[in-house]
Amino acid sequence: MQRIGVFVCHCGTNIAATVDVKAVAEALGHEAGVVIAQDYQYMCSESGQELVKSAIREQKLTGVVICSCSPRMHENTFRKAAASAGLNPYLVEVANIREQCSWIHKDIATATEKAIILGKAAVAKVALNTPLTSMESPVVKRALVIGGGIAGIQTALDIAEAGFDVDIVEKNPTIGGKMAQIDKTFPTLDCAACILTPKMVEASQNERITIHSFSEVEDVKGFVGNFTVKIKKKARFVDETKCTGCGLCTEKCPMKKVPNEFNMGLDNRSAIYIPFAQAVPKVATIDPNYCMMLKTGKCGVCSKVCSAGAIDYKQQDTIIEQQYGAIVVATGFNPIKLDKYDEFAYNQCPDVVTSLELERLMNAAGPNGGTLLRPSDKTHPHTIVFVQCVGSRCDDEKGKPYCSKICCMYTAKHAMLIREKYPDTEVYVFYIDVRTPGKNFDEFYRRAVEQYNVHYIKGMVGKVTPKSDGKIDVQASDLLANEQLHINADMVVLAAAIEPDKTARPLATMLTTQMDTNDFFTEAHPKLRPVESATAGIFLSGACQGPKDIPETVAQGSAAAAKAIGLLCKNSITCNPCTAHSDELMCNGCSSCEKVCPYGAITYIDKEFRMPDRTTKIRRVASVNPAVCQGCGACTVACPSGAMDLSGFSNSQIMAEVDAICK
Amino acid sequence: MNKNLKEQVLRSSGVNVLKCMRCGKCSATCPSYDEMEYHPHQFVYMVEKGDIGTLMKSESIYKCLTCFACVERCPRGVEPAKVVEAVRLAAVRQQGGNRLEPTDIPALLDEDLPQQAIVTAMRKYAK
Repeated sequence: MQRIGVFVCHCGTNIAATVDVKAVAEALGHEAGVVIAQDYQYMCSESGQELVKSAIREQKLTGVVICSCSPRMHENTFRKAAASAGLNPYLVEVANIREQCSWIHKDIATATEKAIILGKAAVAKVALNTPLTSMESPVVKRALVIGGGIAGIQTALDIAEAGFDVDIVEKNPTIGGKMAQIDKTFPTLDCAACILTPKMVEASQNERITIHSFSEVEDVKGFVGNFTVKIKKKARFVDETKCTGCGLCTEKCPMKKVPNEFNMGLDNRSAIYIPFAQAVPKVATIDPNYCMMLKTGKCGVCSKVCSAGAIDYKQQDTIIEQQYGAIVVATGFNPIKLDKYDEFAYNQCPDVVTSLELERLMNAAGPNGGTLLRPSDKTHPHTIVFVQCVGSRCDDEKGKPYCSKICCMYTAKHAMLIREKYPDTEVYVFYIDVRTPGKNFDEFYRRAVEQYNVHYIKGMVGKVTPKSDGKIDVQASDLLANEQLHINADMVVLAAAIEPDKTARPLATMLTTQMDTNDFFTEAHPKLRPVESATAGIFLSGACQGPKDIPETVAQGSAAAAKAIGLLCKNSITCNPCTAHSDELMCNGCSSCEKVCPYGAITYIDKEFRMPDRTTKIRRVASVNPAVCQGCGACTVACPSGAMDLSGFSNSQIMAEVDAICK
Repeated sequence: MNKNLKEQVLRSSGVNVLKCMRCGKCSATCPSYDEMEYHPHQFVYMVEKGDIGTLMKSESIYKCLTCFACVERCPRGVEPAKVVEAVRLAAVRQQGGNRLEPTDIPALLDEDLPQQAIVTAMRKYAK
């Protein structure tokens, strides 16, 4: 005999203003099995919970229905309350009459009717609920950080500092990311390499950190506390353990016409290369697209000059498999391609560059040794025009709808550095808005205007035309003066929008984490859980979650590390008991469930069955590993024979809810 | 501010002027800029404010080449040329007659004039 208690929450006026809560309690009190139905102002408050607890004890309840906010909000609260009163926590159901009812309706009569129906569905379900017991699952005390930029490095260092092993997987031959390419950092103008490279070295020397450079994540299986990850170490044709990084091979390599990606293609490198002098690990890599030996079998110079015998033309990609308790995503960003912006002549004129290219042009380790020269004729530019918001804040398919956040500050930095080093240069910045929130940021921008006399013009560049004399005509509007300008420039610098790295999308699929429409990873809560993804055990660090400058990235990297450490500290975690199980007598062995399972929790086994005629038969049936199953329910929907069922959300419970709604 | 006129211009242009983020790229890109008293970004802003009478009286509405460079390059998809055309249409309609009659055309023709210009002229100056 069911003894169900129903508790309807006012949530102040959140629910009570739109839903007649007393009528809901009254109506649900007449449902079969309901012995008590009450309403209260704040059910989640201590006295509200006491109401539930005493009812469980006094009325000897077998099930509880709370009509309140979303179960995401307070299901746990009420489950704990029930458990403390001696009722199995999985005998509690929450009917969401706030987010799915009072907040979206205006009419009291309609909202009340819907709240009653939602309540009836929950009553119908709770009558079929069974007590469930959680199991414990051990936590692997090792973390994986995907991406070796400043975000990944910071996260890895912090996790290692706490005493846990951590692996960094970086797809490029060196860690360091975008920060390694940057010349100076705002707002202090300290040298990026001077503050980054010590951290790179620290990461490589920390005995708890393993760096898998030139590697990519191939496959992720498992769940929080126990992920199994396959990492592909791409063949670099150099034995990492033998290479000393002397660089002789890169000097002697006869193939020197390879666009140097570290310098944004502004100069060339050899086919065997070390990206930059402070690379970590400082190991050479052969580019198979350009190496004559790998392409034609004729050359072998690097092998001959290498005294360490590190060159291995036969090296293959290798896969390593490793268990991790936590995974931190730090895949970073890239500037967008500007092919679609014909008006800025980026593809036609070498003197129209992106801001990241300008960083390399101004860097002492860049193509010009730190002297700012025009890429076309290697002369000093005397008039430079900066264009902001190229591809940012766009409402069309060419650009991105968001503000890229970092451009205002780095442009002020570039303008200031140029005016400082080359005072005879006129610098114009075309802006729509100057956005400089941040500590000492607006002061920095004002310094560019007031101290360095950078010409900030409110308006946008409409057209950039390379001229036959090598100059560039920049046609722009000055909105405050209400005129159209033509500037005879030597160089144009475009602040291209930034976008998440292209590897983020397939990675999100592997990790079963969510992304927004711009391919930035979605945090579990935009305010209160900013570094966790909605998937347990997956954390977010840096620009993969949204545009960020270096200080913010480092802060988020450390925050993600703290969250990962909190998980790794635990010896075991409580598993969700709402897992799938298969009725072997009904299973026809079709594999549909195995294919849809995102966690790899389902395997097929051959099992012996006794037939009615006393013979035995071996049949292939599904078997669910409850420690791996996350209870998503995909298999129960995919199963054509109805053999697969989910504890806590069984087929009969769901049908009972539907019946109650349709009655 | 004439509310009816504003509504008419918004409706006939199909433009949502509120999408404008005031970057001025339309005016930066406009080849007729120097000929115009009011520039493309001002058209968008003045229509937003409802100050359409001023625009209708201005010669600027006939200076727009309808080259659509502003439409092509606006990062917010505002389509300023359509706003200019809508104001022009409102002016032509209010005058109750065409600014250009087909019979006027033969006198204006010269050899270098592309045919497209005649079509455009009819579009711009007639109802």
